Amino acid sequence: MSAVEQVVAQYPGAARDSLIPILQAVQEVDGYLSREAVSVIARHLQLAPSKVYGVATFYNQFRFQPKGRFHVQVCRGTACHVKGSAAVLESLKRTLKLEPGQTARDGSFSLEVVACIGACGLAPVLSVNGEIHAGVAPDKVNGILGVYRKRVAD
Amino acid sequence: MIRIEANDKVIEGKDGETLLTTLRRGGIHIPTLCHLEGLLPSGACRMCVVEVEGQNGLVPSCAFPVRDGMKVHTHTRRATRARKTIIELLLANHPDDCLYCSRNKDCQLQDMAAELGVRQRRYSGGRCIARPDISSLSVVREPAKCILCGKCVRVCEEVQSVSAIDFIGRGSHTKVGPAFDTGLHVSSCVDCGQCILACPTGALSERSSFKNILSAIDDPKKHVLVQHAPAVSVTLGELFGAKPGVDVAGLMTAALRRLGFDRVFDTSFAADLTIMEEASELVQRITQNQPLPMFTSCCPAWVDFAEQNFADLLPNLSTCKSPQQMLGAVLKSWYAKREGIDPKDIFTVAVMPCTAKKTEARTHGMDHDGVPDVDAVLTTRELARIIRMRNIDLASLEPEAADTPFGGRSTAGKLFGASGGVMEAAIRTAHVMVTGKEMDNLKVQAVRGMQGVKEGRVKMGDLEVGVAVVSGLANARKLANEVRAGRKDIQFIEVMACPGGCINGGGQPIGADIEAVKARAQALYLIDRDGDIRTSHANRDVQRLYDEFLGKPLGHESHRLLHTEFKARNAGE
Ligand code: SF4
Ligand code: SF4
Ligand code: FES
Repeated sequence: MSAVEQVVAQYPGAARDSLIPILQAVQEVDGYLSREAVSVIARHLQLAPSKVYGVATFYNQFRFQPKGRFHVQVCRGTACHVKGSAAVLESLKRTLKLEPGQTARDGSFSLEVVACIGACGLAPVLSVNGEIHAGVAPDKVNGILGVYRKRVAD
Repeated sequence: MIRIEANDKVIEGKDGETLLTTLRRGGIHIPTLCHLEGLLPSGACRMCVVEVEGQNGLVPSCAFPVRDGMKVHTHTRRATRARKTIIELLLANHPDDCLYCSRNKDCQLQDMAAELGVRQRRYSGGRCIARPDISSLSVVREPAKCILCGKCVRVCEEVQSVSAIDFIGRGSHTKVGPAFDTGLHVSSCVDCGQCILACPTGALSERSSFKNILSAIDDPKKHVLVQHAPAVSVTLGELFGAKPGVDVAGLMTAALRRLGFDRVFDTSFAADLTIMEEASELVQRITQNQPLPMFTSCCPAWVDFAEQNFADLLPNLSTCKSPQQMLGAVLKSWYAKREGIDPKDIFTVAVMPCTAKKTEARTHGMDHDGVPDVDAVLTTRELARIIRMRNIDLASLEPEAADTPFGGRSTAGKLFGASGGVMEAAIRTAHVMVTGKEMDNLKVQAVRGMQGVKEGRVKMGDLEVGVAVVSGLANARKLANEVRAGRKDIQFIEVMACPGGCINGGGQPIGADIEAVKARAQALYLIDRDGDIRTSHANRDVQRLYDEFLGKPLGHESHRLLHTEFKARNAGE
C-alpha cells in the first residue's frame, strides 16, 4: 500500500464531507498532492478527480508540486500586509520566476504564500525551510536568496 | 390555479414551476446565461432578474417559485440596467475577438450585449491568459472566452455523470478545466460535445477538420466520398433558417455534390447493415447463452464511457462497429475493388451530428489493411459553414438522390437518429430472424419519446425480450449499475450518450430547446411512417452486399471489417 492509500484507509466509508481533512492528511505525508494522490482520494470518495482537484485548488494551503530544496514561504497576514508584504511577494515572484504554489524545474526553490507565520513583530517576514528572515524589504529579497542559491550551486 | 400579471399581461402558471418558466411560456423573452432546462437552478449569472411587486430587490426569475397573484415587471429600466452591467462586467476580461471566433453571430454573449445596448468598454480587468486546449480530437476549449457560467460543468456532471471538468481555483483566477488543468485528452471526457451545446460563448467548440477535407477535394488523385448520418438531414435546415423538423436530405445531397465530393452516400444504409449484424448477434447471444443483456455500441461516447467505467460489462457490448465505421470499411474494401480504385487513394468523410465521431474515426481498431475506415468527420455545424463559405444556396437547389451502390436505405436505418431508433430497427429485424415473420405492427411505441429511460417487453413468437433504451450517460450509468448488481429481466439495451439521441448530438445546431429536439424526432418518425422500405433486412442494397461480398451476417468478412473489440482503460489512456 502506498503512503496515500494508507492515509485514505484511515477514513473507511468516508463521504465528500471528509474531503478536506483527507487532503490535509495526504499533504502532511507527501508534502503535496500528486496526480496519483488525487485519483486515489477521488476513488475512495467516489468523486471525479476534477471535483477533488477543483476543491483543492480553492484553498491556498494545498500544493500540487513537491516542495523545492528550499521552500520559501512569504507571509501575507495582516501585519505583514500593512508592512508591505505584497511588494515582497512581487519581488520574490520576479526573482524566482515562480508563482505561489510552483516549484522550479530544477527543484531548487518553491514558493508559497501563507496566512500568518506568527512572527508579526518582525513583519514583513519570509521563511526559507523554516529559517525566518525579518523586516524584509523588496530590494533585499535577491540578497537573501543569493545565500541559498550558492548552496544549490555547491 | 396560478395566475400572474407580467408587464400588464395575465399568464397562467403551474404549481411548482419557476417564475422564468411561466414568463417564457407567456411569450416573454428573459435572457439567461446560467439557466439549464431540466436541471436545478444555480442562480449564478443574475441575467434573469425581474422586478416583483412587494419584493425589495430584483429577483432571479430562474430560481424564484411562481406564486398566484404575482405582479411582475421584466424589462423596467432597473432590470435592464442590471443586466447590462452584468454583461459589461463579463466583458471586462473577455478577449473581444468576435471576428475570429467560431461562434461569431451564434453567440449568446454577443446577442445579449447587442440587445442591451452595450456600446463601449466600461470596465477593464486583467485578461485571462490561459491558452486554448486543442489536445482532444473532438472538443476545443478556449478558457479565455469563458464567462464561468458553469453550464458545461453541470451538464458534464449531472446529465453525463462524467465530471471531466470543474471549476479550478477561485476569485479572479477561477477557470474551468479537467483535473490538474491538463488537456481534455487525458481526462475522463468522452467527447460527447454536450458541453458545447450548453456553452453561451466560444469557450467550447468542435475541433475542425475543414482543411484536410478541402485539400482532399482539391487533390485530383483522391477519390473523395462522403456519407451523412441519419440525424443530420433533419437538423441542417435549421442553420439555413428552416424551423426544426424539416428534412433536407435531397438538398443536402445536392449541396455535397456541389462541394466537390465524388460520391454521396447515406449512413442510414450502413445503419441497416449494422442492424443485420447486431440483430444476428442478439439472437445468437440469446440462443447460445452468451453474455446478456447486450448493449448497443454505435455511440462512441458511450463506448468510451463503458471502457472507463464498466470494464466488467465490456463482454456485453455488441462487437459491431458503428454505422460510420462500417460504411467507411466497406467503401475502402468492396467499393474500392468494384470501382478499381486503390483504397489508399480513397478519402472518406463523414458528416455527423456528433463530436465523439471525430475521435472514434482515429481510434485503434477502426482501420483494416493499413487504411483508416474514415479519414475525416464534419459536424452538422461545420457542414453548414462550408456550404456558406462556398456560396451554395441550399434553398435554390433541386433535391438529389444518394449514389449507388449504397443509395438504398430503409426507414428503420433512418430511425438511428433518435433515442430508441436503433432498438426499434433491431426489433423489427430480430423478429423476422426469430419467427420468420414480419411484425404485425412495425411501430414500437414503448421505445419512442423524449424520456431518458424507456423500457418495454417485446414478443417474438414464443420468445419475450426485455428491452431498455437510455439516453444521457447518467441514465446509462444507473442502468449499467443495475445490470452489474444482477438485474436479469432485460436482454437488450440501447445507449445514446446525448439526451434524446443523435438528433440532439454535440455536433448539432446550438440553441435547440426540448421542443426543437422533439420536432427533429418527429421528422424521423414521419419519414418512417411514409417509407416504402421500413425494415433493414428488406434493404436490397444491403442484401446485395451480403450476396456479392460479405456472405452472411457475423461471417468471416463481417468480422474482419465490421466488428471490433473493446478494452478497459483508465481516463486518458
Ligand atoms: S465533451 Fe462531454 S464528457 Fe467531455 S467535457 Fe464535454 S460534456 Fe463532459
Ligand atoms: S466554458 Fe462555456 S459553458 Fe463552461 S463555464 Fe465557461 S462559458 Fe460557461
Ligand atoms: S439564469 Fe437565473 S441566475 Fe443565471
